[in-house]
Amino acid sequence: MSGGVDSSVAAYILKEQGYEVIGATMRIWQDEDYCDIENQGGCCGIEAVEDARKVAAALDIPFYVLNFADEFKKKVIDYFVDEYLRGRTPNPCIACNRYIKWESFLSKALSFDAGYIATGHYAKISQLDNGRLAICADFSNPKDQSYALYNLTQHQLKHTLMPISDMNKDEVRKIAANLGLSTANKPDSQEICFIPDDDYGAFLEKSGRGLIEPGNFINEAGEIIGRHKGFIYYTIGQRKGLGAFGKPMFVRHINTADNTVMLSDNEGVYSNGLIASDVNFMGEDGLFAPREALGKIRYAHKPAKCRLRVENNKIICRFDEKQRAITPGQSAVFYDLMGNIICGGVVDSAVE
Amino acid sequence: MSDFIYFDNAATTKVRDEVFEAMAPFLKDAYGNPSSVYKLGREAKNAIEKAREQTAAAIGAKPAEIFFTGSGTESDNWAIISAAFANKDKGNHIITSNIEHHAVLHSCEYLSKNGFDITYLPVDSSGIIKISDLKAAIRPETILISIMYANNEIGTIQPIAEIGAIAGANNILFHTDAVQAVGHVPVNVVKDCVDLLTLSAHKFHGPKGAGALYVRSGVKLPSFIHGGGQEKGRRAGTENVAGIVGLGCAIELITREMAGESVRVRKLRDKIIDGILESVPNSQLNGHRDKRLPGNANISFDYVEGESILLMLDMKGIAASSGSACTSGSLNPSHVLMALGLPHEKAHGSLRVSAGRYNTDEDADKLIAEIGPIVNKLRAMSPLAK
Repeated sequence: MSGGVDSSVAAYILKEQGYEVIGATMRIWQDEDYCDIENQGGCCGIEAVEDARKVAAALDIPFYVLNFADEFKKKVIDYFVDEYLRGRTPNPCIACNRYIKWESFLSKALSFDAGYIATGHYAKISQLDNGRLAICADFSNPKDQSYALYNLTQHQLKHTLMPISDMNKDEVRKIAANLGLSTANKPDSQEICFIPDDDYGAFLEKSGRGLIEPGNFINEAGEIIGRHKGFIYYTIGQRKGLGAFGKPMFVRHINTADNTVMLSDNEGVYSNGLIASDVNFMGEDGLFAPREALGKIRYAHKPAKCRLRVENNKIICRFDEKQRAITPGQSAVFYDLMGNIICGGVVDSAVE
Repeated sequence: MSDFIYFDNAATTKVRDEVFEAMAPFLKDAYGNPSSVYKLGREAKNAIEKAREQTAAAIGAKPAEIFFTGSGTESDNWAIISAAFANKDKGNHIITSNIEHHAVLHSCEYLSKNGFDITYLPVDSSGIIKISDLKAAIRPETILISIMYANNEIGTIQPIAEIGAIAGANNILFHTDAVQAVGHVPVNVVKDCVDLLTLSAHKFHGPKGAGALYVRSGVKLPSFIHGGGQEKGRRAGTENVAGIVGLGCAIELITREMAGESVRVRKLRDKIIDGILESVPNSQLNGHRDKRLPGNANISFDYVEGESILLMLDMKGIAASSGSACTSGSLNPSHVLMALGLPHEKAHGSLRVSAGRYNTDEDADKLIAEIGPIVNKLRAMSPLAK
């Protein structure tokens, strides 16, 4: 329980359904400098713990605070920093889901004889005709969180409940308000929970895990056209904060080897496809022939038709129409036409 | 409540019925302000003075040397911070240990940001400071030594009388945080050569929110809480009359019963320690085998986090604690266990069982019977155990 409405209502629903519910909050990071910001409604800070505790008390369920700070530092924060330093754009929520919630937390819950872990995710688990379990997206729900859950294994899905999967945010808020839960009007958590001020550049500088040095902006011909303040500050497709070039310019490519950031016009940031590795198969246990799919290349991306094949444990995806800003480090998640996740992986590179 | 077993007496204790009865009038009809001149006020004042006598008697002090505070933490802050500033002209050096309670450590950190120089003495693997280290740390500008009487996590008892003698011989003030010790082991401020001593009622079946600081007569200690003239002008704020009465009653009772009760509790503790170490392989006792509080058992289990054990014990209706406090604040491993030289994983993996006057042999049996299966189960899930 994060102290937010979603997990609070999830706990309530399960209790209503007759489950024996235990509330738990993961403590995963701390930074005393951020206390004030955290109090504004952060995700897993001290204030969130107290909110969750209140909700658990109101629901009359046991409540525990579990410490995952070490795992979170290694698997999420260090990964987050290192990916940026490699010129890529990480997705820490996916890492947290994979390693913290569905590995460390699930195994702890199972060791307490719990049958399931339940979360307040907006995502549904379906049993497919082939017998496998898969997260099923609802593309019409703007809160759909299936994208961040593609790494779950069959074992993990078997022990997972997502009780608010069929609701929308308004319904959830309404239930919370009817119950008088103190979290009913709490704002949604911000982008990256462990960087409450959203200044990830300062966070990376402070991490001390690598040098951040200014370098050159180049154009597609390789000519120097300006200075950048360090490649970590840029992500593929970015337009803002680059400087004036007489025409709109966008980040097309980051080259860590020579510390250059290549800019182009908007056309230049479109690609035909991608290669993704570190693949998890969900709805299928492999891909034995090329197939049609819907692909999502970032959380807010509208799923696009594509064709998939697998080569050397990597997914090769070709979209029917060029897609904008395919970004290394982000995940590519592929769905069947019903919205069930087939598989997903981490983008290595865009393909022309 | 019969299926609930409380083994966390180092965290806090149940208020005794006699203590509750003694306090009750001051929460109801005897509500006077002790500073008032009329009868109701005088009665409250008299009750406080009786508690002062009871408290003084329990630790070998004079009543005039006892000052009531709001908590052990307040007493620690007052003793250390005020003693430091009062003696600034003599020097800026303070000696403490690296296993103190945070009330002491954070007070010292505050002082170090304000021009004081702090030496944190290390401890040996059983949690005891070396007298030779203490002697070596003393400098001409040393003004205060603060070493806890007994540790809250591992129960280790320090050689307080020896430390006091050294402090006295060097004309250095000596404060001891005796929150865990008072009521459980004999404490005598004269024999122990203590100048300042912290105690707290809720650790010996008194109420929460009532602490005291012993200040040896003649020690210059400016007030820390400023305001009215309560506590002879040294600790302002309308007295917590009921709390103080409860403190006095509780300390008198526990001191009177200490000789017999500490033997009984020590037996219980030894049964728990031996029972667990024998039934659970790869488990170790933290702290000193004998120089420890009668009720304290602190045990590490390889490959298992203390936190997980606590939760599973809770589900079985047994309340205990872990070396690491992850209730809402710190996520760091225990500084005490780290100071013993335990690796990071083990410092996360300890279980503190603190027995007290309401624990029985059956409680110990139940705990010992539950702990083995719990640890086995957690180890079966642990990637580290494979």
